[in-house]
Amino acid sequence: MVPLSYYIVVSTTMFVVGLVGVLVRRNFLIILYAIELMLNAANINLVAFSHYFQSVTGQIISLFIITIAAGEAAVGLAIIIVLFRNKATTNVDEINLLKW
Amino acid sequence: MTQFFFFFYFGGGAIVSSVLTVGLRNPIYCTLALLSAFIHVAGLFILLHAEFIAAIQVIIYAGAVLVLYLFVLMLLNLKSNETFFHQQFWIALFLGVVILGELLLALFKSPLLGKLETAVSEAPSAIGNTEKIGLFLFNEYLLPFEVVGIILLGGIIGALVLAKQTPAR
Repeated sequence: MVPLSYYIVVSTTMFVVGLVGVLVRRNFLIILYAIELMLNAANINLVAFSHYFQSVTGQIISLFIITIAAGEAAVGLAIIIVLFRNKATTNVDEINLLKW
Repeated sequence: MTQFFFFFYFGGGAIVSSVLTVGLRNPIYCTLALLSAFIHVAGLFILLHAEFIAAIQVIIYAGAVLVLYLFVLMLLNLKSNETFFHQQFWIALFLGVVILGELLLALFKSPLLGKLETAVSEAPSAIGNTEKIGLFLFNEYLLPFEVVGIILLGGIIGALVLAKQTPAR
């Protein structure tokens, strides 16, 4: 029987890797990937707690998270396509029209 | 014992693939590493007796979302000779390590943890995982389910409106 804390350690590590990815990478697409990683880490946490509490609620919430992530991917990719059409780049440092 | 073996395989695989997703230079390789991360996470879900979520993870994440990402990636034809890392790489890495240490410290100091580690019976329940999720989803979580449907509709409309070609003037 694998203890609960092992799952939480895996999920924490994945979440922090995603967080560092959002801060470090400059490619818009990779930033979306890192966000997906963070959502997945949250899912691991929810499903692990649902298993150890003997309740199915966590699994249902992770189902909702997966749905929202799919919607987020669709809208994010649409934004990337529009951006690429206008500026021909996906580097977030060059997208600074609203900055100053 | 086999459970530990599979846990370490899937957990380690998930962590290594997420590091590769963030660290690799070529976006295509990043996408493939992300695919590997998703599939390893699905393995973790199966270890946790959440078979339905594991199937959904493979079908929706690895099947639909990732193919969408890959399509857009190939559509854009990105060049991989830019400098990818920000100049604040070391600050971000330092902050990440600090946050990780803080979270793990909070985890292992938590008084709730000792109570949860022990009492889980491994006996399979009378009704299956999918059936249980269905019963809960359509009884207690019916309103959130409907709201998620509306959000998805909004997402479809938003994506269509955004990505539509504006007519040339």
